[in-house]
Amino acid sequence: MRFMLLFSRQGKLRLQKWYTATAERDKKKMVRELMQVVLARKPKMCSFLEWRDLKIVYKRYASLYFCCAVEEQDNELITLEVIHRFVELLDKYFGSVCELDIIFNFEKAYFILDEFLMGGEIQDTSKKSVLKAIEQADLLQEVYDYF
Amino acid sequence: MALKIVKGSIDRMFDKNLQDLVRGIRNHKEDEAKYISTCIDEIKQELKQDNIAVKANAVCKLTYLQMLGYDVSWAAFNIVEVMSSSKFTYKVSCSQLQLQSVDAVLITTIINSVSLPLVTQDLSSPNQYDTGVALTGLSCFVTPDLARDLASDIMTLMSHTKPYIRKKAVLIMYKVFLKYPESLRPAFPRLKEKLEDPDPGVQSAAVNVICELARRNPKNYLSLAPLFFKLMTSSTNNWVLIKIIKLFGALTPLEPRLGKKLIEPLTNLIHRALDLLYGMVSKKNLMEIVKKLMLHVDKAEGTTYRDELLTKIIDICSQSNYQYITNFEWYISILVELTRLEGTRHGHLIASQMLDVAIRVKAIRVFAVAQMATLLDNGHLLTGNMQRNGICEVLYAAAWICGEFSEHLEDPMQTLEAMLRPKVATLPGHIQAVYVQNAAKLFATVLRKQEGTTDSLAAQETSQLLIDRLPLFVQSANLEVQERASCILQLVKYIQKLQQKEVEVAEEVTALFAGELNPVAPKAQKKVPVPDGLDLDAWINEPPSESESEDEKPKAIFTKEEPKHTRPRHTEVDEKELARRREARKQEQANNPFYIKTSPSSQKVYQDQPGVEHIPVVQIDLSVPLKVPGMPMSDQYLKLEEERRQKERSERKKKEKKKKREKHGRGRRADSGPESEEDITPAHHVDIVTEEMPEVCWVLLQWPLTDNEKLPVRTHRPAEAVKSPVEAGNGESATPEPKKKKEKKKDKERKVDLSSLTVYLTLFFSHIVYDVQGNLQDGSQVVVSVIFENKTDHFLKSMEFNVLDSLNSKLQRPEGSSPHDGLAVPFQLPPGVSNEARFVFSVQSIVMPQKLKGTLTFIVKTEDASTHEKLDFKLHFTCTSYLITTPCYSDAYAKLLESGELKSSSLKLEGVIMPFHHLLARICFHHHFSVVERIDSCASMYSRSIQGHHVCLLVKTVSTQRVPCLEWMSSILESTR
Repeated sequence: MRFMLLFSRQGKLRLQKWYTATAERDKKKMVRELMQVVLARKPKMCSFLEWRDLKIVYKRYASLYFCCAVEEQDNELITLEVIHRFVELLDKYFGSVCELDIIFNFEKAYFILDEFLMGGEIQDTSKKSVLKAIEQADLLQEVYDYF
Repeated sequence: MALKIVKGSIDRMFDKNLQDLVRGIRNHKEDEAKYISTCIDEIKQELKQDNIAVKANAVCKLTYLQMLGYDVSWAAFNIVEVMSSSKFTYKVSCSQLQLQSVDAVLITTIINSVSLPLVTQDLSSPNQYDTGVALTGLSCFVTPDLARDLASDIMTLMSHTKPYIRKKAVLIMYKVFLKYPESLRPAFPRLKEKLEDPDPGVQSAAVNVICELARRNPKNYLSLAPLFFKLMTSSTNNWVLIKIIKLFGALTPLEPRLGKKLIEPLTNLIHRALDLLYGMVSKKNLMEIVKKLMLHVDKAEGTTYRDELLTKIIDICSQSNYQYITNFEWYISILVELTRLEGTRHGHLIASQMLDVAIRVKAIRVFAVAQMATLLDNGHLLTGNMQRNGICEVLYAAAWICGEFSEHLEDPMQTLEAMLRPKVATLPGHIQAVYVQNAAKLFATVLRKQEGTTDSLAAQETSQLLIDRLPLFVQSANLEVQERASCILQLVKYIQKLQQKEVEVAEEVTALFAGELNPVAPKAQKKVPVPDGLDLDAWINEPPSESESEDEKPKAIFTKEEPKHTRPRHTEVDEKELARRREARKQEQANNPFYIKTSPSSQKVYQDQPGVEHIPVVQIDLSVPLKVPGMPMSDQYLKLEEERRQKERSERKKKEKKKKREKHGRGRRADSGPESEEDITPAHHVDIVTEEMPEVCWVLLQWPLTDNEKLPVRTHRPAEAVKSPVEAGNGESATPEPKKKKEKKKDKERKVDLSSLTVYLTLFFSHIVYDVQGNLQDGSQVVVSVIFENKTDHFLKSMEFNVLDSLNSKLQRPEGSSPHDGLAVPFQLPPGVSNEARFVFSVQSIVMPQKLKGTLTFIVKTEDASTHEKLDFKLHFTCTSYLITTPCYSDAYAKLLESGELKSSSLKLEGVIMPFHHLLARICFHHHFSVVERIDSCASMYSRSIQGHHVCLLVKTVSTQRVPCLEWMSSILESTR
């Protein structure tokens, strides 16, 4: 996976994760371009599209678009599955997740993503173990904050 | 708003944390840029503070701003500074930030010089989450330099005690390998170890990494194939499975043997996918889905898989009464395309679909008939190859459709000609039968056309064609074909006579096939009301009273001796109970050492000769495409359908526009974007026959079930007298053996079934004894062993044995010989010598006695000359010839009698004077019975026919008269073979 973006229907970026080193300017350009393409699509259209030399897999959950860019040989369906698994994790962690959760706790969202994906590859397929790691880390943070 | 913040004191400014920033930005929708620039100023202030907590807070805020697209590279140094702190939260946010800013040259240098020690320090941190964060951060900004420097550290982490760290280390190795490929070789053994890590997370991470690596260079990973194969068959994790399958996808081109091994586990997975497909189809996507499946069918290599796809296609299309098919022309073309598959077993499935669609969708008939005519015309393509015999079933459907709906045929004459080609005679019998019958229907149609044009000559030529071609079918070995062909041949001959007298016959011939065959629903019978006054439960005849048997004197005696036999015969046993008893009986038979089990022995036979499955089937690569010329491709329908829908849609839109114009301003109409299921109107109407059905057809359904389910049960037959010794020539006296038999059977009316097996043929100079034995392995074969004894003083040679076949019994001759050829006896007979020859007969029904006439021709060599001689004889197959001596335990025997499935009858024989045990021995020897139990002068006996009928026999002597009373019961139970 090259990168993952979360953006709202209004075109506000909520989360971005790049798994390859990209120049800041290129990133901005890509994000803008991609948001335009994805937001222009009708609800019944396919979740996969080819964009530049990449395949874009996106899915809309409420007002939030989850958008992944994968290489050509990668499987779109499993990418869709990855997106869904990430959403499930967010949902489990926040308890019926909404856009605001991600806006205000974006660092947590990042952390969940990091526990689930690493370097663009799935790190752990078990929801339980991902959530356990996050809980442990939260605990650790609280302990540090306390002292 | 802005005022409020500006108003805030410096203290408050310090307090502003990430949450406040986010909230603030949300509250300044109009002047976001301005607000953020003030915030950045604040952050700059904060970064100048000494307090690390304040700095960290500032960095946190920076991460958010950076995500929003603001440049924060100016703060890189501070970020690194904060990262070096020991607090976990700070590190998390910093690692987040690192990845975003990695591009800046400045940052890279900083990372290389400053953060390297930091990261390494984290890597060896005792806290697993610290290390985890470091690894996560690193994964996003690995540079070749970092990779080189950290590779060995990460490798150590790969065997960390915590699975959490292990899995992260494994994953990050992938990034390291990409940036610094030299590390792959030393790290690989450890990576391979991780494939068998006890922790599933680590395992899946390792699978992931290796699969990704293998995609780039599959050759290096071939050695791992067995390991992955094991993982694939044992793993339940779908994510891992998908990755492994992808890996195998890359490996199989390099190692062809792998493909074969993978077939089984993969087809299991594919089946699951195909099942999903079944539920996925809709009117809209059916054509697309089937098109995709057809592509797979073309590509598929294994016949099994292809057959699976084929059945799936048909399943998907035909589900819920063809609910999803909008264009039946397309479906017929799909079916026709499927007939081009080589070696499929599902010819009958395709055939039944063709028939079903053609019968039920009236509008499609014209098209279907045209297609089927082409199919018939090209029938040789389907029958040419013996391997493809499964597919010739479709010709059955093709012939029937062409015949039944022949009025739609464009050129019925051509189709008629195609159906009467000599090549047709190579087809299976049941197909030939349909051909013959439908040729007659076509003939009627052709006649009508030809007589209409007053070209009487053409009509006569057509009749002549039939008269010329039909004799081929009259000679067919198949009874059905033979019968139909000879009927029709006679009919045509008669028609020809009329034609020669210039009589118009077409009308009358057509009347033969008038009326349409309507589809009938499987549950149609239920719809038929029971006529008034008909009580289906009432007995037609009075049921046999239970005391009836007691009335008979011998029975009464018998009751004393064996009470179990007097149990009511019409015991009501339900299916379950029956099954249970059957099971128990099988169990007992299995445990009974005396019981000859049929299955193992037949298995043994198979072991000796390689089974059909073991014969290697060579796939023949036909370079010539099997496309039948002139057949439409289903693809074009996809296009047509699209166009049709397009047209419909545009028409609808037009209408809508009209309406809009009419009702201008009356609210918005629904968006006519993607159409819904209901909008797609089928191009053809289907006769959906489920519950509703034409009620006239009910008569067809009333066939008595029992006739089909049960074979006729043997009962007493007032049989023709048995001429037991078959005498020929001057008829020397028969041996005493049959005479004794004769005595036993003075009552000629009843003796058929007990007639002797062994009939002595006493000849002029030779002596033939034969014995008929059932063949255990094949329920339709008997072996007749004939002993030829030369009683003359001359040398006998060139003996030829021939039997005139009856409908029921046929002598098995070597392939290629005509049914009138004799079989050469494989020996010669010097004077006084006897020898045995065996002949195999195939028998259809074994519940009737058979008499076959035969001749034996031979050459008698005397000193001075040799003469050609002929000897007529008769072979008598009695019903008991088909029995096989089978021992039976008394318990099993009792169960069998209890089961109520046996029919019974009895007879009395008078004047038998031999001792009872002699009688039993005789019955055992000549009629293949075995004694189950004997009490005094009463014995129950058992035998089994080659087709698995049970025959129970009870023999007893009525003491006063010394008359054996025979009672037998026979039945068919499902054969255990």
